[in-house]
Amino acid sequence: MTLLSNTAVLLGKELRTEFRSRELLTTTVVFILTVVVLFSFTFDPTTSESRRFGPGLLWLAFLFAASLMLQPCFLREQNNDTLSALRLSVNDPFAIFLAKLIANTVFLLLTEMLMLPVFAVLYNVHILSVIPQLALVLFLGSLGVAIPGTAFSAISAQARMRELMLPLLLLPLLTPVLIASTEATAALLDPHPELRRDWLGFLAGFDVVFLTALWLFGEYLLEE
Amino acid sequence: MLKTVLGVVILFAVIAFTAYLSFYYAPVERSMGPIQKIFYLHLPSAFSSFIALGVCFYANLRYVFTRQPKWDWLGVSAAEVGLAFISVVLITGPIWAHPVWGIWWTWDARLTLTFVLWLLYISYLLLRSMLEEPDKRALFSALFGIFAFLDVPLVYFSIRWWRTQHPQPVILGGPGSGLDPRMRVSYLLVWAAFTGLLVLLVRARYRLEAMRAGVEELQREAEVR
Repeated sequence: MTLLSNTAVLLGKELRTEFRSRELLTTTVVFILTVVVLFSFTFDPTTSESRRFGPGLLWLAFLFAASLMLQPCFLREQNNDTLSALRLSVNDPFAIFLAKLIANTVFLLLTEMLMLPVFAVLYNVHILSVIPQLALVLFLGSLGVAIPGTAFSAISAQARMRELMLPLLLLPLLTPVLIASTEATAALLDPHPELRRDWLGFLAGFDVVFLTALWLFGEYLLEE
Repeated sequence: MLKTVLGVVILFAVIAFTAYLSFYYAPVERSMGPIQKIFYLHLPSAFSSFIALGVCFYANLRYVFTRQPKWDWLGVSAAEVGLAFISVVLITGPIWAHPVWGIWWTWDARLTLTFVLWLLYISYLLLRSMLEEPDKRALFSALFGIFAFLDVPLVYFSIRWWRTQHPQPVILGGPGSGLDPRMRVSYLLVWAAFTGLLVLLVRARYRLEAMRAGVEELQREAEVR
């Protein structure tokens, strides 16, 4: 119970910090937009081509954006040494991770939701009829990105070259998320949309595996 | 010292013997021809790398729970040697594939998994070099190693499911059941020799790491004084 209430308080803090400045959200949205536009120059974005490459490049853009967006997550705490304060304030350090990872998932989902209509217009794909299913894919995929991402953000914050270290640690590990999310999204954007339960189940499995690992090993990541 | 030298000499002799076996004793494969000989290098390297990465995972877990530096040394030694073996697999694979399949590389499940594994463990070693403080380096790299190892089956299954929906070239499932007995004997001996090589390399690397840690500690003591 304390875990939940602690998490709720910390989550409030994370969201408040971000929504005061909205720095992270604005920069990430612009970054994804840039990537999506630049990608269109690498192939001819006709309807059939877009349908083939679209979902993959959308998820690649999300992944790259996430690997940059997750940087400040623990770095922010380092500047004023607030991490020790956070650790002292909660019984279970998992609450810190849970709050940060929920906040990161929310940020990712917000940027994705903002970018999806733009993507649909630019690449000429129809998303209106499949929005609920697409939201489910986005949710499970973003959670899959945020769980290891939050954990590795705690690691990279302590390393040299940290801006490069996080993508380097995170992106190869996210291969399964990229494949599963892309396949599920592609099936939904098809002329005959289909909800791929197998890939959704796989994404949920990925989330469970890494959430459990974070729950087991998270406290060690916060050691001084 | 004498033991190490003896070990190296014996292993060298065994590897030379198995090389002789695989080139002269084992028959030339009917459809692939002499290129198939690379099999005696490719597959044992793959097995050795899996063993090494398993050892690395075990050492990582032990380090997190016991915090004894020796597990950290074992972890980095196994990861480095494992990475060397994966590199051999990634290099010999295309050399074998080109004449047999007609292409250097295909994004088949096993190949892609090997490549992703290679990337993951490169990241593991890079992360180590980017963390200054020894305790932190050991702990964080161990935790990353655990996460990376957990990812391996997920990567494998995701690629496998994904690839089954696409046309793929005919992949040989390894030796199969119709292996010539002379091939099997040669192969098993090469495998044993490579496992020996793995043990010897990890042991040497472990000693180096222990020495390095000793030097680091002496340096710090000298600085304090």
